Amino acid sequence: MRPRRAARAGQYAALLAYLVFLAFPLLWLLSTALKSPRELGSLHPAWIPRHPTLANVRQAFDEQPLAHAALNSLLVAVATAVVAVVIATPTAYVMARQRTRLARAATGWVVVSQAFPFVLVIIPLFLVLKGLRLIDSLTGLVLVYVVWALPFALWMLTGHVRAVPAELEEAAAVDGAGRVRTLVSVTAPLLAPGIAATALFAFVTAWNEFFFALVLLKSPGKQTLPVVLTHFIGAEGVADLGPLAAAAFLATLPSVAVFALLQRRITGGLLAGAVKS
Amino acid sequence: MRTLLKVLAVLLLLAGCSAPGHREGGPVTLRFQSLAWQQESVAANRELVEEWNATHTDVKVEYVQGSWDSVHDQLLTSFEGGEAPDVVHDASDDLADFAYGGYLADLRGLLPGRLKSDIPSSSWGTATFGTGVYGVPFLQEPRVLIANSDRLRAAKVRIPTPGHPWSWEEFRQVARRLSGPGRYGVAWPLKEPVSATLNLSLSAGGRLFHRDADGKTVVRFTDGDAVVPRTLHDQVAVDHSAPASTLGSGGADTLPGFFAGRYAMVPLGFSYRQQIVQQAPEGFHWEVLPAPAGAAGLIQGVSPQTLSVSADCPHKKEAVAFIDFLLRPRNMVRLALGDWMLPTGTRALKDPALHTTKYGWATGTALAARLRPAPAQSVRGYPEWKDKVATPAYQEYYSGAIGLAELRSRLEDDGNLVLARYQR
Repeated sequence: MRPRRAARAGQYAALLAYLVFLAFPLLWLLSTALKSPRELGSLHPAWIPRHPTLANVRQAFDEQPLAHAALNSLLVAVATAVVAVVIATPTAYVMARQRTRLARAATGWVVVSQAFPFVLVIIPLFLVLKGLRLIDSLTGLVLVYVVWALPFALWMLTGHVRAVPAELEEAAAVDGAGRVRTLVSVTAPLLAPGIAATALFAFVTAWNEFFFALVLLKSPGKQTLPVVLTHFIGAEGVADLGPLAAAAFLATLPSVAVFALLQRRITGGLLAGAVKS
Repeated sequence: MRTLLKVLAVLLLLAGCSAPGHREGGPVTLRFQSLAWQQESVAANRELVEEWNATHTDVKVEYVQGSWDSVHDQLLTSFEGGEAPDVVHDASDDLADFAYGGYLADLRGLLPGRLKSDIPSSSWGTATFGTGVYGVPFLQEPRVLIANSDRLRAAKVRIPTPGHPWSWEEFRQVARRLSGPGRYGVAWPLKEPVSATLNLSLSAGGRLFHRDADGKTVVRFTDGDAVVPRTLHDQVAVDHSAPASTLGSGGADTLPGFFAGRYAMVPLGFSYRQQIVQQAPEGFHWEVLPAPAGAAGLIQGVSPQTLSVSADCPHKKEAVAFIDFLLRPRNMVRLALGDWMLPTGTRALKDPALHTTKYGWATGTALAARLRPAPAQSVRGYPEWKDKVATPAYQEYYSGAIGLAELRSRLEDDGNLVLARYQR
């Protein structure tokens, strides 16, 4: 009994250490956001601010249009997630179920497309979008993000589709279900965790992305949150640390919220049917 | 699925708006991308744009907030795509590629006489590439020594002034006197070792880049180029009056140690005073001292902030008129105070606000006449030489991994191979 209890305590200790490791950057950001400039200049920084202040939050909102930028980011991230899922789900299904040359070529494209760095594609992409009159447009940015997120989304979803046994679809067909009925009633529910994970991935990718947004958006009213955050950084990397930390902390919250919202769905879906009830 | 598509359509409709651009047939619209980032500086820029717009109904200026972070990549893409702002805020050491690439307008012939005569030729030199002038240098900052006044007084060292600065040797002695157990006379934040070393080396007569008989630029490491690197190296490795731990740090990273009394002096850009005012603990006394002088006196290199006009801008005359407005003496002072930097304009430099002893303004202003173009900023291939050859070489030298002979060999032999590729 005692060894089991010790093992359990060890497991909890390891879990706690891992949680602390993961939470450290976020907590440090919060701590920095609540400190005065004087405290930020201290040689021995403390975890708990000695004189907590919301002045940094106020300054961040006074200096930069954070709320408007957050709305832009939200629009772009939600649109990216929705479009990516709408395109990736049927495509991944075909790629997983059809063993044709085209499906193999598509899989190859997915792998190859991951090899191109941002800087290599940005100028041609800029010219293409300019031709389409999509520079300085959130629609153009969504288009770019969808294209950027699609390969990985496809790769993720293809794996999920493959994990759904084809025999289930065959059994539904034997029971008289048509193609559409099988997809909607049998395959789609089993794919829900994969779709949720893909949407989450696309959302977080678009929410955090900086470089494309920096280059493609010109008007101040259209800038997204990561671009606006850089306005707290000056020449030679000197930063207005307090307001930057406050704004960056607030910028992480939607990602955390979306993850918390979808997390239950992902794990719930994964565990569904694992045991007989 | 239908609901999803509806949501998507609404989102895309909400998102899809196009840029205002230039209006045809109506008043001219200019886009001014500013890199101002400090609260006072952003406010000063915005106010000036509002003042311009209030008095110039035929030329409207739209303020676009840019960022120093990634400005080069962002501008390059905008220039390539023909979507660059009309008036571009940048720094002179970032202009060479854009000037030689034909992205910026040559301002000769466009600049009003007032502006041309107000800014000294040494400053114009920072934005001159080939025979063209591709930017108006307007704000600059010398590197100064920010010093702990109490430590200086306690050590009874001579306080240097712009009229009677320390020599590099005297500076080394002072740093030794200010050192003790767990305390250092000076902390060198050398995250960017090349620009710091080259700019300060002008004071000792070091130029590093020379033109040979056939007009090509070559690297020659002379005795003058060795003075500053040797001083820094010896402070770290021989005297132990400077810690090795800050060599890879940025200027702001050294401030906590400075406030805690661990470092008595920190060589920093003039604008760091703003952070010091904000962060210094109560009762902490500090002052601004000129950087040490060598055989060439107090001179040092700078890369001023610049305002340029995009080559594609269809309204260059109006863009230059706006720049001229921004840089009227009184306005230049407002911009300088907002950024805690020095203006380049000779009339602006006479403003009493820049001659107060408070926060060391007077010391910095006294150095303005000694500022010169940073060495090599117009040399083609300089960025590659800096990144691939000079930065690792200086870092290894300062950390004690290589000696002066090896530093010289790398800067000259490896460096000239790099430069030769750009001068065929």
